[in-house]
Amino acid sequence: MEEEVKNITPDERQEYVINMGPQHPSTHGVLRLVVSLKGEIVKNIEPHIGYIHRGIEKMCESITYPQIIHLTDRMDYLSAHINNEAVCLNVEKALEVDIPDRIKVIRTIMSELTRIQSHQLWWASFGMDLGGLTCFFYGLRDREKILDIFEETCGGRMLVSYNCPGGVMYDIHPNFQKRVKDFIKYFRKILPEYDQLLSGNVIFHERSKGIGKLSLEDAISYGVTGPTGRASGFSCDVRKHEPYSAYDRITFKEILHTEGDTYSRYIARIDEMWESMNIIEQLIDNIPEGPFAVKMKPIIKLPEGEYYQRVETARGELGVYIISDGNKNPYRVKFRSPNFVNLSVFNHIVKGFKIADLVAIGGSLDLVIPDIDR
Amino acid sequence: MDKIQLGEFIKSIDQDLEIEEGKQYVEVTVPPLKLYLLAKQLRDKKEAQFDFLFCLSGVDYGQDLGVVYHLRSTIYDHTIVLKTRTSDREHPQFDSVSDIWKTADFHEREAFDLLGIRFTNHPDLRRLFLDSSWGYPLRKDYVDDINIVTK
Repeated sequence: MEEEVKNITPDERQEYVINMGPQHPSTHGVLRLVVSLKGEIVKNIEPHIGYIHRGIEKMCESITYPQIIHLTDRMDYLSAHINNEAVCLNVEKALEVDIPDRIKVIRTIMSELTRIQSHQLWWASFGMDLGGLTCFFYGLRDREKILDIFEETCGGRMLVSYNCPGGVMYDIHPNFQKRVKDFIKYFRKILPEYDQLLSGNVIFHERSKGIGKLSLEDAISYGVTGPTGRASGFSCDVRKHEPYSAYDRITFKEILHTEGDTYSRYIARIDEMWESMNIIEQLIDNIPEGPFAVKMKPIIKLPEGEYYQRVETARGELGVYIISDGNKNPYRVKFRSPNFVNLSVFNHIVKGFKIADLVAIGGSLDLVIPDIDR
Repeated sequence: MDKIQLGEFIKSIDQDLEIEEGKQYVEVTVPPLKLYLLAKQLRDKKEAQFDFLFCLSGVDYGQDLGVVYHLRSTIYDHTIVLKTRTSDREHPQFDSVSDIWKTADFHEREAFDLLGIRFTNHPDLRRLFLDSSWGYPLRKDYVDDINIVTK
């Protein structure tokens, strides 16, 4: 112990170490950051995680494939539908089931609605982190409209559990198309208001431009995906590179920015909301006729082998890696969760900035803690 | 490169490696001692450029413990899977690749935490989710008397 004290350099002696979290409003969950400060400058942060580690990967080994779907809801709860889809796609790929177009289109529309509501909540809380309390009310007001659409069709509002292997649980509600179209008409009018409120604000610019820069090389090396990676110019959109569901039949842009600072991560997400609306508009009038689910065997057993499925959630690339030994439960399941990887870059980009910027950078990474802990 | 070219490319680096053309990706089985060198070559060689490690998973195969690396090139859009395993369950050790791909830092800590696989030359190998009084829950021989994890 004595030796350790001797090894501290004079520089380190002036460092002030504080705990941020596990209960801190701006970490959006039980994330604890041990922050080393010199004055107001952040020297180093060390994330401590595991407060809500449930061992989902271990649980998966003792349950069946349809049951796993409901556990993935609880990882990234804001992209619940997309997480479900990842497992379903993997199971369907392993069994080589042909999925009718209707299911693909419904899943894609639902995924994009999920993405919009996730970004809305992010925008709401990001604005609040930086002191703009009005954002929170605006964001949640609009998000409620999507949750109502989910409730009508899926039964659930947040953790929808709408997917099942071979399709979706129920057919869409008769009102679904009309309500989605109404929502898009409404949100196209409202989204410019978001810009008026926050994107053009001078104080917001001062606090976000040039803050927390992440270069393209580091983004790739750290494996940062999603809007965070794309704001650094890393072309990592799985919807483009490995299209799944109905993404190969529509035209959409991959949002890329090159600055890599907090502001461009913000703009990337706002742009993604526009792009998601474009995707939904292309599909909503052309939902093909057909069944909403393929009949599957009551007990699903995957053939022996290894299967990997990547999808694009609202926060980045989710990978589901299943090793099967031919039984009704998987031998090993690994979730490559986007937030776990995005968290690892936090220390790298926050060094040298002020402690107030730590909140801004953390907000722009858009971390969801249950997805980190799993 | 497509699957066949990738297989030939790996052969040109090292003839002895076991290459399997999987359903989805090319899978290469590497002995632990050759892993680091191959990983470095895969990233640095001009025609390969696997610069994005998108998944690193520790696996308990029953007899053996292993690590699976999923690599992708952001320039050529091709993917490869590296697999390595050891039969030493007491002190499983692999070389860390965290200086090649920085993302491996967290992934390797996770594998150490849940499976007890050690990575040499890792900058900061500590437990990530659980504290040191736990065993290694993702191992197949892990017994938990209090919580229910048995089939």
